[in-house]
Amino acid sequence: MAGVAVSTTINGDAVEYLCQPDETLLDVLRDRLGLTGAKEGCGTGDCGACSIILDDRLVCSCLVLGAEAEGRRVETIEGMAHGDTLHPLQQKFLEHAALQCGICTPGFLIAAKDLLAKNPDPTEEEIRFGLAGNLCRCTGYDKIVRAVQDAAIVMKGA
Amino acid sequence: MRYIRPLSIEDAVGQLAGSAGTAAILAGGSDLLVRMKGGFAEPELIVDIKAIDGLSEIRETAEGFSIGAAVPCAVLGENTALRKAWPGVVEAAKLIGSKQVQGRCTIVGNLCNASPAADSVPALVAAGAKAVVVGPAGRRTIPVQSVPTAPGKTSLAKGEIIEAILLDSQAPRSGDAYLRFIPRTEMDIAVVSAGVNLTLDEHGVVKSARVALGAVAATVLLVEEAAEVLIGSKLDEATLERLAKVCAGACRPIDDKRGTIEFRRKVAGVLAKRAATTAYARAGGK
Repeated sequence: MAGVAVSTTINGDAVEYLCQPDETLLDVLRDRLGLTGAKEGCGTGDCGACSIILDDRLVCSCLVLGAEAEGRRVETIEGMAHGDTLHPLQQKFLEHAALQCGICTPGFLIAAKDLLAKNPDPTEEEIRFGLAGNLCRCTGYDKIVRAVQDAAIVMKGA
Repeated sequence: MRYIRPLSIEDAVGQLAGSAGTAAILAGGSDLLVRMKGGFAEPELIVDIKAIDGLSEIRETAEGFSIGAAVPCAVLGENTALRKAWPGVVEAAKLIGSKQVQGRCTIVGNLCNASPAADSVPALVAAGAKAVVVGPAGRRTIPVQSVPTAPGKTSLAKGEIIEAILLDSQAPRSGDAYLRFIPRTEMDIAVVSAGVNLTLDEHGVVKSARVALGAVAATVLLVEEAAEVLIGSKLDEATLERLAKVCAGACRPIDDKRGTIEFRRKVAGVLAKRAATTAYARAGGK
């Protein structure tokens, strides 16, 4: 199998890599680039643990080929905090204990970031529907919803 | 395996037609990558069509709308003109998967995946949508319902690509709607679905109608007898009851874990009634 040479932008940095034509972007991020924040839950686009933002669209990186990232902008959980300063969503997830095992958390944070970017003042129903592509088997979702609501208030005031 | 990203539809067609082994078209990948992961597809060539000029656009034409094959369903939902003209089609497209999947999945992919339960297909069939097929022999336009031929099978020949879906401008006093039944509130596959498109005369009487049912046969069903029931009516209770009966009778469902034959027949009638009622109201009927 011939490798595919890809030039892309990840969290604002120009990145080049070689990948196999059938290799997912999730595998490229984790195994080639050491960006292990995105998790593989199901690998079939059902759980959202591998969520990233690709050219301003929330997607599952397990359903994107590494080769498809050519010339595009990728945002992962690794780009969410500014240095030591957590993003308000990250801070609120901690304060509300909106995580237990943590596997789903990067995906939830990315999905919530995308949600608030498009809808800064969502209702509880909009949050629940907007995050329906992210599965959590620990929290029962309530704490996640509250953390997102609280973060929305902080972000509107910022 | 090779991955290519052609810049023209002609190049894509040429590559597909000239490929010796199995080839797959990649737009959103929300079906293809899952099949590859599960070992159900091992294409020797993947043709990514997203860089082809015009395929990622929704164009408003003199006749209506042309939706490019690489337009994600999320973009359909953001298009105000399309939402206004064809709310049922957009509702159906928006029901496919999560936000994450919406950012990738396409209605052409939904059609070509040829699942009997595809959400956007009954809505497109009810809307009278057409598919623009480009192949080695040139371009042809075919009704959407002639694309799927059996679960997982389409009428497309080797080298053929659906370039766009065409929707006419909605006629005055028209409305469409799509409903599906799933046992959860979201993120599920239709057990039964119904799409209805109606045009009324100036007195609110149904002048033309199209009724399509999903997940109740090997392919989407365009139920002409159901349309005949609606035409000439103002959707009174007796008409709706007859519509339900005709739709239940037209189903050829399977029994499976998601629904029995009896259940699917009954629900097909219920959904057809409700979708017709919504389409009627959207068309301005009272």
